[in-house]
Amino acid sequence: MTNPMNIGFGRAWLAAALLAVAATGAVADEPRREAPDALVRSVTDELVALISKDKEIRGGNRARLLEVIEAKVLPHFNFAAMTALAMGQSWRQASPEQRKHLVAEFSTLLVRTYASALAAYSDQRFEYRPLRARPTDTDVTVSVRVLQSGAQPLAIDYSMEKTGSGWKVYDVMVGGVSLVANYRTEFNNTVRASGIDGLLKDLQAKNRAGEPPPAPGRQ
Amino acid sequence: MMRAVLVATLLALTGCAATAERDRRDPFEPFNRGVYRFNEAVDDVVARPVATAYRDLVPEPVRDRVRNFFSNIGDVFIGVNNILQGKFYDGFEDWMRVVFNTTFGVFGLHDVASDMGIEKRNEDFGQTFGWWGFGPGPYLVLPLLGSSTVRDGIGTGFDLYFDPVAEVRPTRARNALVALRVTGTRADLLDASRLLEQAALDKYVFQRDAYLQRRRSLVYDGRPPRERYEDFEDNPRK
Repeated sequence: MTNPMNIGFGRAWLAAALLAVAATGAVADEPRREAPDALVRSVTDELVALISKDKEIRGGNRARLLEVIEAKVLPHFNFAAMTALAMGQSWRQASPEQRKHLVAEFSTLLVRTYASALAAYSDQRFEYRPLRARPTDTDVTVSVRVLQSGAQPLAIDYSMEKTGSGWKVYDVMVGGVSLVANYRTEFNNTVRASGIDGLLKDLQAKNRAGEPPPAPGRQ
Repeated sequence: MMRAVLVATLLALTGCAATAERDRRDPFEPFNRGVYRFNEAVDDVVARPVATAYRDLVPEPVRDRVRNFFSNIGDVFIGVNNILQGKFYDGFEDWMRVVFNTTFGVFGLHDVASDMGIEKRNEDFGQTFGWWGFGPGPYLVLPLLGSSTVRDGIGTGFDLYFDPVAEVRPTRARNALVALRVTGTRADLLDASRLLEQAALDKYVFQRDAYLQRRRSLVYDGRPPRERYEDFEDNPRK
């Protein structure tokens, strides 16, 4: 009756956000030098252990969850690259000042989305795929799969790039859906209709509206 | 033929309004948005409350078994679609899943095949048509069924026509099974729909683009030809 794609997508989101959060280091001020796949793996395990134990997070403390994400996720994502890729052609029109604000607003939006996904974590198991890359590669895809009962395993692919401060994620593909590419139409539509400042205003309004109400009826 | 009728109907419904700046993949956007609003309203009033109650009241192991049960029935035609796509080994494995899960897994309640290493696949007629080379055609939002395209909508027609659950008699038993399956599916999507609310500036656009990306990936079994991002001279990644 229902489109099977929807299940995949739904759980995909969850797992993606989870892993996106997980693909982060524990020590923010000291970039890790691990191989990208080892980084994803160690941090996923670490983060899963952490959120399963933290009573406040399990009890729905969003502030605490956001705190953890900001400490551990932000350093491992290249939000400037993510914003530029999501903006596509429109990125060129933005002034340096506008770019700074766009990156700030977009990263807030992404972090909150990760927080929503992470809050829904319930004992999914992960399977780490061997990294297919040469040691000299500076742009790799790290693949993880989420195993789920009665559904196809879900693929999460991290596009990662080597930078001076360690490997950084610049896109997450969940079940074949690129997070960055998925914002592109929305962003371009808004820019076409109301300019870069219009998009900034929309993002700010979205972020200020803040967290979705945790009311039980509204899931 | 079916496609022609469908397209004609849609054209009539949308009044063929030619609007500037419309997404080429979604020529029927005003019509689709109408159906989307209708679906949202039904979801608000019926589907989500029922699914939420189901998730809150039914323990997870039971929900897992319900999902496994319908998943096992679905594997029969997942196998058929793999065969139609010339992936005979995959189709054979899908049917082995049905054999193991129906017997050792007690009518599919347990997914023993996955534990044995025979993984579940995701196939349907829409993907088969895509594999054969048919493009998705315009994006469509179907009443109650949600995101689709002309190709996938026709595919869904075939999926439903061959749906083994629809053959169940008496009718009351069939209806109960269908209701249970829909409820379980919606319950699995509760977290996702909450995320959609959080992530999207425009839910309609976000869901549409995710659907189109997802289907493209599924048609290519998770390995679509890579679409390169455009590079900008001032891309901060460079």
